[in-house]
Amino acid sequence: MSATTAERVADYPPHPGTFVEEGYSLKSWLLTTDHKRIAILYLLAITFFFFLGGAAAVIFRLELMTPQADLVSNETYNKLFTIHGVIMVWFFLIPSIPAVLGNFLVPLMIGARDLAFPKLNLASWYIYMFSAALTIASIVLGGVDTGWTFYTPYSSMFSNSHVMLAVIGIFINGFSSILTGLNFIVTIHRMRAPGLTWSRLPLFIWSMYATSIVFVLATPVLAITLTMVGIERVFHIGIFDPSIGGDPLLFQHLFWFYSHPAVYIMILPAMGVVSELISCFSRRRPFGYSFIALSSVAIAVLGFLVWGHHLFVSGQSMYGGLVFSLLSYLVAIPSAIKVFNWTATLHRGSIAWDTPMLYALGFIGLFTIGGLTGLLLAALGIDVHVHDTYFVIAHFHYIMVGGAVMAYLGGIHYWWPKMSGKLYPEWWGRFSALIIFVGFNLTFFPQFILGYLGMPRRYHEYPPEFQIYHVMSTAGASILAVGYVLPLCYLLWSLKYGKPAGSNPWQATGLEWQTHSPPKTHNFDVTPVVTDEAYTYVEGKEQFVG
Amino acid sequence: MADSGAVLHEQFDDLAQQHSAVTLGMWAFLATEVLFFGGLILSYVVYRHAYPHEFQFASHQLSVKLGTLNTAVLLCSSLSMALAVHAAQFGARKRLVFFLIVTMALGATFLTIKGFEWRTDWVDGFVPGSHFSFVSHTPRVDARKVELFFCLYFVMTGLHGLHMLIGIALLGFLTVHASRGKYSSGNFAPIELTGLYWHFVDIVWIFLFPLLYLIGNHAA
Repeated sequence: MSATTAERVADYPPHPGTFVEEGYSLKSWLLTTDHKRIAILYLLAITFFFFLGGAAAVIFRLELMTPQADLVSNETYNKLFTIHGVIMVWFFLIPSIPAVLGNFLVPLMIGARDLAFPKLNLASWYIYMFSAALTIASIVLGGVDTGWTFYTPYSSMFSNSHVMLAVIGIFINGFSSILTGLNFIVTIHRMRAPGLTWSRLPLFIWSMYATSIVFVLATPVLAITLTMVGIERVFHIGIFDPSIGGDPLLFQHLFWFYSHPAVYIMILPAMGVVSELISCFSRRRPFGYSFIALSSVAIAVLGFLVWGHHLFVSGQSMYGGLVFSLLSYLVAIPSAIKVFNWTATLHRGSIAWDTPMLYALGFIGLFTIGGLTGLLLAALGIDVHVHDTYFVIAHFHYIMVGGAVMAYLGGIHYWWPKMSGKLYPEWWGRFSALIIFVGFNLTFFPQFILGYLGMPRRYHEYPPEFQIYHVMSTAGASILAVGYVLPLCYLLWSLKYGKPAGSNPWQATGLEWQTHSPPKTHNFDVTPVVTDEAYTYVEGKEQFVG
Repeated sequence: MADSGAVLHEQFDDLAQQHSAVTLGMWAFLATEVLFFGGLILSYVVYRHAYPHEFQFASHQLSVKLGTLNTAVLLCSSLSMALAVHAAQFGARKRLVFFLIVTMALGATFLTIKGFEWRTDWVDGFVPGSHFSFVSHTPRVDARKVELFFCLYFVMTGLHGLHMLIGIALLGFLTVHASRGKYSSGNFAPIELTGLYWHFVDIVWIFLFPLLYLIGNHAA
């Protein structure tokens, strides 16, 4: 991004050191209001939860190696997939890119000193940690067996597991999402550097903005839904209990009114990251910038109108089903716009095969498979056949793991030099990206076949003829686990032994690369004044500046 | 903004930017609140549509008089809140404190009247759960669905009441600060934001009142 600097009235004297050097005591971290430090706090927390949720998956994948139930009991199995779902959705995927990369980068990318509400930002982390503690408590005390969807009346009437504790944990967790979204909306609206117009914003900012809208508008609906589940559980009033006049379908409507947009909370930030990576590593301005930017907003809006496709076989009216099917197809349009524009950006680009780019390219392929199988599921007839089977599992893992996690890791690698000031070992980076890609496909592609053949989700026993696919899937999961542990090791290693990164190791053009690595406490020595769009790459040429 | 007693936080460039940021933040928060109550109102509408007789019957057990009185009380409190914001903008300290106290008093009046209504419901056995003792003698009125109405009634009015309590607490905090002269014509954002919140809580009641009290033909 072209930017000049100018002395401005409110510029504060530059901080002498980087944000890390600001203080090393525990207190200086736990009471910080610096968006970059809060991002690091989130990074530590969600990394822990990623491996915890992953561990649950490893255990039930091992159980599924054989058709019989031999490793864990069926109750334990139910609790394992519930833990996996709850932790991965609310404690890893939803906060992953927004709370870590978003927190770190939004002020840097728009030339601000911090988010609009730094104290709320810290509060959101504490709320997150408190809700996480409650959820962990529900696991330690014996677990929850409802699945992450908490469908009534099972969750409200019959389950004897620790539903209340988990529900309260997730209810509270929602407030951390809302505060993050609120902070980003205000920051992006009000705190952009002079000259940084909306049409000059980095695409990552556009995607964060769209995500924040979903945070603010969808999360409260989950809150009130879980409140009603809790009330029904405590007072035995039939809000969702059909035997005394309630309607369990209402729960599903309300739940998916949140949880379908929540899928876009996971994928929109990933798309933003990929837009940055593709542009940087093909040395080109993104093809169709405004289409990529506005398709994020379109996805956020359309995402609110498609929840009924989770209810095709729940007894929803046929006409309702038809409308939701059509609306679900419509989401494919902005999604495809993005994929085509990324591809067109690559065309005639000067492509560099650095680690972040490998993740970005993996994302495009895997997201496309996930998206296209989503179209199959949005078709009423096919959905009846594959509903609640492994086909659905494979589909959404292609979006959430193949999409969101790949982009998250790509983003972590891309901005790691900025966050830590150190370079990671490139060979290990590429090697892990490859391992993850192979492991991922081996884990989840067989699940498409399993689902098509009729294997239902959430069963811990199955007919022997399905075993070959389950063994492939478990083998893939083991490879995937190695792929995830490797970056943890070499990124930590790089903190001590990595080469200094310099302020702009990728020769990228965003504002965040115009300041120190790691940045100082108030990000910029003087507030930048933006004079051009975010992607001023000289097309088709390698740039060796500096 | 003439005499500014406002503290400029260091992430902002100037007071105007800070003021517009906190205002937008409040609006975004209220958008969240709309959807929070929205989920509840949707649930109400679904069951109102499914069980029209029971909901009308149950609604008629509420006191329209007290409900109307409370609506009037709350509307007056919104007026006094608006006058408080107006006073703050002009830096009129005494007037500000006066209207803040009036708003709080009206809010407390609302909750008191609401409390008496809840007490009546309790005595009549309409509180859902193990205490619910209503037995239907009317054809087409199923007691369980009357209980469903009252469940929604208590959740909706209860959450609204909780928001009122939070609002009164905020007003109390503002009153203490205002009486110490903390606000001025250049520094009244907290008053303005609390005003937005107060009006929002009011508007929620404007929706709850007809939904809960006024359904069905009362002349019959």
